[in-house]
Amino acid sequence: MLKPGKTSKPVAAPLENPMIASDLVPANACGKPLSEDQIWQLLQEVKDPEVPAVSVVELGVIRKLSWQGQQLVVDVTPTYSGCPATDLIEELIAAALMQGGIRDPQIKRVLTPAWTTDWITPEGREKLRQFGIAPPQGSVSKMTLLGHDQQVTCPHCGSNHTEQVSEFGSTACKALYRCTDCLEPFDYFKCI
Amino acid sequence: MTQALTQQQTLQEYLLRLADSNLIISQRLCELCGKAPAVEEEMALMNVALDLVGQARNWYEYAADLDEAKRDADTLAFRRDAHDYRNLLLTEQPNGDYAVTMVRQFYFDVWHYFTLQSLVNAPDERIAGIAAKALKEVTYHLRRSSAWVKRLGDGTEESHQRMEEAVESLWRFTGELITHDQVELDLAAQGLAPNPEQLAADWKGMVKEVLTEATLSLQDDNAWMHLGSKKGIHTEHLGLILAEMQFLQRAYPDAKTW
Repeated sequence: MLKPGKTSKPVAAPLENPMIASDLVPANACGKPLSEDQIWQLLQEVKDPEVPAVSVVELGVIRKLSWQGQQLVVDVTPTYSGCPATDLIEELIAAALMQGGIRDPQIKRVLTPAWTTDWITPEGREKLRQFGIAPPQGSVSKMTLLGHDQQVTCPHCGSNHTEQVSEFGSTACKALYRCTDCLEPFDYFKCI
Repeated sequence: MTQALTQQQTLQEYLLRLADSNLIISQRLCELCGKAPAVEEEMALMNVALDLVGQARNWYEYAADLDEAKRDADTLAFRRDAHDYRNLLLTEQPNGDYAVTMVRQFYFDVWHYFTLQSLVNAPDERIAGIAAKALKEVTYHLRRSSAWVKRLGDGTEESHQRMEEAVESLWRFTGELITHDQVELDLAAQGLAPNPEQLAADWKGMVKEVLTEATLSLQDDNAWMHLGSKKGIHTEHLGLILAEMQFLQRAYPDAKTW
């Protein structure tokens, strides 16, 4: 079990080889070259359809950008094996890139390494909290198989006096909690 | 089996066992949609089912890539007959009361957890990748189902009694989880399936630990067991599950729009 206040600071997921040689970047539809930053900005506009507060970048599901010849390849990893938003997220990413002038981007689904909540960026966590969803707390390695639930901080009033109502919430990635101080129920983004 | 299987057929056979077990227990859980005892439990059951169907899809897609008849994942999932399914008999047993639903899940989750823990190290990148992803989800499933076994077993007089009945009535389907055939032996030798002795020891150990904490009776390891799913011999329940699950795919083959 995690001790309160001892949660390690989340770090942004380092992308494996976040390379795009700028001389390879083709021009967009208007003839203006797109920098790697601009591509990330396009992706930043794609929100998780089930948690619209955070973008797919902040969620940590974009693993790599690379070029195969003239084609942009985006490695995307699903949060959960059965996440029904996976197909939609991939379509939204492709649509956003095409709208930004990238021709025929390829969205590649990768399972390895498996997504972990440790990859949600600090900005993503703050946005989740503001949206009323308690961000994942602590790191996955601290979880015990048959142990007790970890302490979760209420995203509304900041109290640590909370209790689990259900191991699952409105989506597979969340659990349902309630605050015993402000009495508000809230979703908790499970730590996996 | 009269004919020796090729390596590719052996692997596909094993992948189908994993996929079918996931799909069928998921289908059983989905029968509780709209009828679970509490709304929180309903959300939990449906989310567990969703994880399992997602994992089934990953295994079916791999099995489809190895398929000599070039069937795709949907065809493997929805267009085979009962004798072609390789799901564990435990997974097709009816939901019963909530004690039965949770004990079935618990027995399955323990098996699933240790199976995946072994497959994570398989010398096949695709198997290891699917397993690593699934293991995170199944760890959570096992936490949940074991907590329910303890809560209901060590609960009221009635919940204890019902749990005793569930633990006993489903026991005869657990032999399959920890016995093995040639397919598993061949693959285990290559690290592509769990070591059968290890899996059996791990399964028995954790089940004993949780049942004891739940104040429930330990069952006889030497009890008579129903076997057969690895050869496609099922209980009468599977046919009824398939009749419902496959109706749409049989009535409207290859339907793409609704």
